[in-house]
Amino acid sequence: MSDTATAHDHILAELQAICREVFESPDLTISESTTAEDVPHWDSLNHLNVVAAAEQRFAIRFRTSEIEGLKNVGDFVSLVAAKRKR
Amino acid sequence: MLALDWLPPHPGLPTAITAARALPTPAERLAEAIRLAGFQRDGLATTRIDRLAQESLAEAAPPEGWQRRRLALLGSSTLDTLIPAIRVAALARRLILDVNAAPYGQLRQAILDPDSPLAETKPDFVLLALDANAVLPALPLTASRAEVEAVIQAETDALVTLWREARQRFGAMVIQQTVLNTRLTLFGAAEASVPASPAALIDSFNRRLAEAATANNVLLVDLDGAAAQAGRAQWHDPVRWHQAKQVVAPGATALYGDLVARVVAACCGLSRKCLVLDLDNTLWGGVVGDDGIDGIVLGQGSAAGEAYLAFQRYVGALAERGIVLALCSKNDGDIVEQCFSRHPEMHLKRERIAAAAVNWTDKATNLRQLAATLDLGLESFVFVDDNPAERDIVRRELPMVAVPELPEDVALYPAILAAAGYFESVAFTAEDSARSRQYTENAQRKELLAAATDMEGFLRSLDMRLDAKPPANGDLSRITQLINKSNQFNLTTRRYTAEEVARAVNDPNVVVRGFRLTDKFGDNGLIAVIIARPHQQEAEVLAVDTWLMSCRVLGRGVEAACLKVLAQEAARRGAKALIGEYRPSPRNGMVRDHYKKLGFAPAGNGGESSYWRLDLDSFTEPDCPIRINAT
Repeated sequence: MSDTATAHDHILAELQAICREVFESPDLTISESTTAEDVPHWDSLNHLNVVAAAEQRFAIRFRTSEIEGLKNVGDFVSLVAAKRKR
Repeated sequence: MLALDWLPPHPGLPTAITAARALPTPAERLAEAIRLAGFQRDGLATTRIDRLAQESLAEAAPPEGWQRRRLALLGSSTLDTLIPAIRVAALARRLILDVNAAPYGQLRQAILDPDSPLAETKPDFVLLALDANAVLPALPLTASRAEVEAVIQAETDALVTLWREARQRFGAMVIQQTVLNTRLTLFGAAEASVPASPAALIDSFNRRLAEAATANNVLLVDLDGAAAQAGRAQWHDPVRWHQAKQVVAPGATALYGDLVARVVAACCGLSRKCLVLDLDNTLWGGVVGDDGIDGIVLGQGSAAGEAYLAFQRYVGALAERGIVLALCSKNDGDIVEQCFSRHPEMHLKRERIAAAAVNWTDKATNLRQLAATLDLGLESFVFVDDNPAERDIVRRELPMVAVPELPEDVALYPAILAAAGYFESVAFTAEDSARSRQYTENAQRKELLAAATDMEGFLRSLDMRLDAKPPANGDLSRITQLINKSNQFNLTTRRYTAEEVARAVNDPNVVVRGFRLTDKFGDNGLIAVIIARPHQQEAEVLAVDTWLMSCRVLGRGVEAACLKVLAQEAARRGAKALIGEYRPSPRNGMVRDHYKKLGFAPAGNGGESSYWRLDLDSFTEPDCPIRINAT
C-alpha cells in the first residue's frame, strides 16, 4: 500500500470518529463516496461542527473557498491530506 | 483553541459522553451531563454534552432546588452555534437555562413587533449580541470628534430605547454584550488619535455602551474586554465570518458560553461567595511546620517569594470586594497563628480571615465544618490547593465545591482565579466590601455569646437597632441579591429579578421592607426582606409572599422585631390579619416552624405550602431587645 493510501485511510478513520461524535451515532460508517445526504442530521449547523472539529483535530485551517466545493467525504479527505502535506 | 483552563481535564471525554448516553434512566444521564460539564471541553464535546442534557431534560426533572430560567438571544450574526455553550456553562453553574435565538438579524423586530414570538416565550433574560457590522454607520475618516460623538450618542440612545422596550414588554432583565472589535487598524499605533477610524469607533462605542448599561441597570457581558485578554485573533476568524456569519470563532465558543452563563448565574444569586485556601505551597512556599516561620518562601527577595506575595495581594483584593476568606490546611494551628502574626511579609491579615480549619482532619470534613461555621452552602465555596491529590479528593467528595485546576507555578494562580469567573458580580456596593468584615465580627459575637450565660442579657448588651424603611432606589440591587441568594432562612424561596422587585416597590398595594441591623460591633447591612401583598381571596388580609433573612443574624430576636414592623404597617393599611406561607425547599427546613414560633395559628395547606394566620386584633407585640426605627 502506498503512503498516500495509508494517509487517506488514517484521515478517513479520524473523520469517521468525528462524525460518530457529531451525529451521535456510534456505529456510523463512512466511505469516500459518502455525501451529506447519506447521513441523517448532516445539516448546515452540523456541517460547521464537523469542519470545526476537523480543523482542531488535524491542526489545519480551511480556506473560505474550500469548504463550499466539497462534494463528498472523499473530497474532504483529499483536502485534509493536501493541507497536511504542506 | 481557547481552553477553559480552570476546569480539570478529563482523560477521555468523547468516550465518557458516549458511555453517558447509554445510562439507563434520563435522571442518570442528566446527572452525568452535569458532571461532565465541569471538565475542560472543546466545542464538539460541549455540543454533545448539551445534546445529552437537553434530551434528558425532556424526560427528567432538573435536580432538586435548582433554578430554571429562560434566555432569549438577539443579534445580527449566527447565534445558534453559541447556544449549546451557554447552556452547558450554565449547567456547570447549577442553573438550567432554556435558550432560544431570534431569527438571524431580527433584533429590533423581535423586540418592537407587537406579534413578536418572543413575547410568548416570556424570557427572564434578553441578551443583545450586536456585532461590529450591525452598529454605527460608516463615517469618513476625516469626521471630527464631535461628529463621531454625535453618531455614537444616537446609536446608544436607540439601544437604550430597545432596552426599555425589552424590559417593559417582556419583564425581562436585559443583558448587553460589548461589540467584539473585529475591525483592523488602518493607522497602527496612531489609531486612537483618529476618532473616525473604524476600529477606534468601536472602542469609543463600547465605552459609551458600558456607561449606558450601568446607568440603565442593564447587565453587561464584556465580550471585547475578554477577547482583548486572549487576543482578538483567537476570538474572531474572518473565514468563519464570511462562510457562516459566525462572529465568535469555533475555538472560542465554549469560553463565550461561560462568559454569558456566569453573568446570568450571578443575577440568579449563584456566584460563589467564599474562597477557601490551603497554606503550605499555596499562600507561601515551603512547609511552615518543617521549615519554620523564618524558613518559608514569602515576600521580597526572591522571585518565588514575590509570586506568593502577589497571590496574597490578589486574594486580599478579593476580600476587599466582599469575598469571604477561610483557611483549610493540614497543619499545626499554633504555628500557623504565629506565622500570621509574626511573619513580616505576610500580606493577608489573620483578622481578614473569617474562619479557619487548621488541623490534621481530611479536607472534605473540614470544608463541611467551615460551611457550618460560616452559615454558607458548600456550593458557594471555591477551594484553592496546590496539591493535585487534595484537589481530586475534594472534587470527588464534594462535587458542589469549585476546585480550580492550578498550574505548578503560583505566579499563574491569580490569572486562573480571575479567568474562572467564580465571583462574577452584577454590581458592586459598599455593603459587598463590608461583608467579609461582617463574617469576622460575627465570629466575635459568637465568642461573646459563649461567654455570656444569660441570653436576654447578651442580646441587650449587643445594643441592636433595626432600620425598616420602604426601599429607595439604591437598595434595590442589594434587596434583589438577598432574595436570590438566601436559601436557608427563606419561607417561600421565590426568586425575583431587579425588575420584579422594582415593580413591587412601586405598587402601592404591596408592602416591601428591607431591614438593616446595626449593633455595637458594626453594621450588619441589609439582613432581611419581607414582601406582603393583598390576599387574593380575603379582603383586608395581607399575604406574606416573601420573608427571608440572612443566617448571620439568627438567634438574635430579629424575626420578632420584623414581625412588629410588618404588623404595624398592616394595621396602618387597615388590614385585620396576616397570612404567612411556608413553602418547603431542600434547604429551608430551619424555618418550618417560623410562623408557629411567632404566634401564628395553622390555616391549612395548599399544594406543598402550609399557611398560617395571625389576627392583628389579638396580637400582642413581643418585647424584644432591639430598637426599631421604621417609617
